[in-house]
Amino acid sequence: MSHNSSSPDFLHHHFHDVDQQYQTSKFGMWAFILTEVLTFGGLFVAYTVYRSWYPEMFYDAHLLLDVQKGMLNTIVLISSSLTMALAIWAIQKKNKKLSLWMLVITWVLALGFLGIKYLEYSHKFEVGQLPGIFYSYMGPEVVNIDNPHIFFGIYFIMTGLHGLHVAIGMGLIAWLIYLTKKDKLHSEYYTPMETVGIFWHLVDLIWIYLFPLFYLIG
Amino acid sequence: MSENQNINYLNHPKGIMSWLLTLDHKRIGLMYLFSGIIFFLIGGLLALGMRLELAAPGNDFVSNDTYNSMYTLHGAIMIFLFIIPAIPGALGNILLPLMVGAKDVAFPRLNLASFYIYSFGALFAIYTIVNGGVDTGWTFYTPYSTQSTSNVVPMTLGIFIIGFSSILTGLNFIATVHKMRVPGLTWYKLPLFVWALYGTSLVQITATPVLAITMVLLILERFLGIGIFDPALGGDPVLYQHFFWFYSHPAVYIMILPAFGIISEIIPVHSRKKVWGYKFIAYSTLSIAFIGFLVWGHHMFTSGQSVFSQIVFSFITYFVGIPTGVKIFSWILTMYKGQVSFTTPMIYALSFLFLFTIGGLTGIFLGAVALDIHLHDTYFVVAHFHYVMQGGTIIAFLAGLHHWWPKSFGKMYNQKIASLCALGVFIGFNGTFFPQFLLGLRGMPRRYATYSDQFSELHTYSTFWSTILGLSIFIAILNLMWSLRKSNKLNPGSNPWGALTMEWTHTSSPPHPHNFESDPVFTNGPYDYDKVIVEPTLKK
Repeated sequence: MSHNSSSPDFLHHHFHDVDQQYQTSKFGMWAFILTEVLTFGGLFVAYTVYRSWYPEMFYDAHLLLDVQKGMLNTIVLISSSLTMALAIWAIQKKNKKLSLWMLVITWVLALGFLGIKYLEYSHKFEVGQLPGIFYSYMGPEVVNIDNPHIFFGIYFIMTGLHGLHVAIGMGLIAWLIYLTKKDKLHSEYYTPMETVGIFWHLVDLIWIYLFPLFYLIG
Repeated sequence: MSENQNINYLNHPKGIMSWLLTLDHKRIGLMYLFSGIIFFLIGGLLALGMRLELAAPGNDFVSNDTYNSMYTLHGAIMIFLFIIPAIPGALGNILLPLMVGAKDVAFPRLNLASFYIYSFGALFAIYTIVNGGVDTGWTFYTPYSTQSTSNVVPMTLGIFIIGFSSILTGLNFIATVHKMRVPGLTWYKLPLFVWALYGTSLVQITATPVLAITMVLLILERFLGIGIFDPALGGDPVLYQHFFWFYSHPAVYIMILPAFGIISEIIPVHSRKKVWGYKFIAYSTLSIAFIGFLVWGHHMFTSGQSVFSQIVFSFITYFVGIPTGVKIFSWILTMYKGQVSFTTPMIYALSFLFLFTIGGLTGIFLGAVALDIHLHDTYFVVAHFHYVMQGGTIIAFLAGLHHWWPKSFGKMYNQKIASLCALGVFIGFNGTFFPQFLLGLRGMPRRYATYSDQFSELHTYSTFWSTILGLSIFIAILNLMWSLRKSNKLNPGSNPWGALTMEWTHTSSPPHPHNFESDPVFTNGPYDYDKVIVEPTLKK
């Protein structure tokens, strides 16, 4: 099975056939997802340890978070997961236009997520609800709380790392938009879209855990 | 044999850019190999420097601060820049696709990327060395690592970056083993080195991200004072130890599993006998990888754990001994009634069996809580660790290097010199590290530049033999390099040892740029010496 003129241009030389290439890429992405889960897993352990040491502090400090913005962001991100899935469905059905639209909406929703996150962060920066030694907020709600900076340390690290994933995902989705527009992706070959889709669902899934763990304690 | 007629991956394509931008797993493997060996030599020189300081009591050679930097850099360089990347990155990269009959690893671009990520991380390590070192010990324990004014941040950042290289290599190997095997090559016909790399890769992709996050937390602790590891801010320094060892204990298996794989290849080939207990060896690899995740607490018996945790961690630690013992017995039974030939790789493999057994058994000592309270942070730990890591991993690495050197380059080294060096390594190693068991039992603490007079005899002894050890390794590597000269006429042929795995039987040495000139057809199991007759092409 050497290279012949009939093998499609998207098939890399070291694979036997298209199916092997597709299966391998998908498998590689799932292995990467495992790595991601462990990355966040370390932080979830840190969260668990400190919440078990300071249950009251976690409860009191979480009241300082903006539940409405968090809820809105949850809806935004879940919707973007849906549009991502629809983009893949559309390209499978040879509907390039719909697929492009869905990718663009996904990208805009991701931007919206980061925008809302920016509003939340900038408020916290203003009032000084910050990690570690930078914590300075002394409002009436926190007079009796021990070490609220630990809560905000973990909050900023976990949501920050998640936000970084959203930003990277936006770059990848922009790349998909470019590839689809140039007809590099089509119903015969849409592996990059499918693997980025898996990644994007993971980003969504992590937020679905972060949201209740930080915003809905109690 | 004119080189112009013989197209292989070393001479085709030509030019420096064809190397720097290569997607060929064999070339990437060689780049790992040579950078790994450079760091091995740097780490080795640091070790010899320490032995020189310890030759006599008192500060006669370096200051305490310099000494602190030396042992930290020795540990960090050997572990994070040599052992972890070098065996999977070098031997794994060169051999894995050949062994499974693939044209390349699953993701060649990612493979090149991981080499450059490794190089980028290595720059941070080099900066650390040039900028005056780092003095926390390779474990970077808090609270000292958050306060030390030495280069903690560059070094941990380097380790963080290299971690990604390790993750991507692991991911690539797992996908390759799952999806790139030649038709007919089922899981139970895979060479055991492939099983070992598979187990290693699983640990790499699951443990390394935790190290990455730990290093991030440490760096944030230094820059932002987040307080997670700082008791003054409501945090806990022991949590750092938990995080660190959750990675770094499995990391010990990242370092030793490929070595097990190398030994599993070498012993059947040089004993002309089918490997005994194939499935036992394969599954013991996976069970070591799994149990390795559950024993991190045995590094922390003196860090203030509950007695219950101590007992549990101690108990689970003993379990590691079972699959490891299974392997040792399988290798010995493989040699039983075989035609054992004392080639250079085999001499290294036999030293491995002897040294690793000592390293493994002393690990059981340290896994016992009561004994560990006495031995913790003494030279006993240093000796145990080096029996496992140098007596195990590095000797297996040298064995593999000598075994696959003719495969990689199509040249044979001077075997007399190589075998003498192998003996020198064995003797020098025991001379250096066996006295350290005794030092540890008598209470000599690790990481001190000076010591009281009662320890001086054993220390002097250890230093004397370390020069033999260092010299032997140095000559062994020089001997390998010397074989690459143009005028070397020793032609080993394509299968010098008469091995049955695909990298020997199905392609030339050195291999074709695309690995196999035509699509390989899988014919025989990797160890079917009872069914297939294969003649070594190396004439004595």
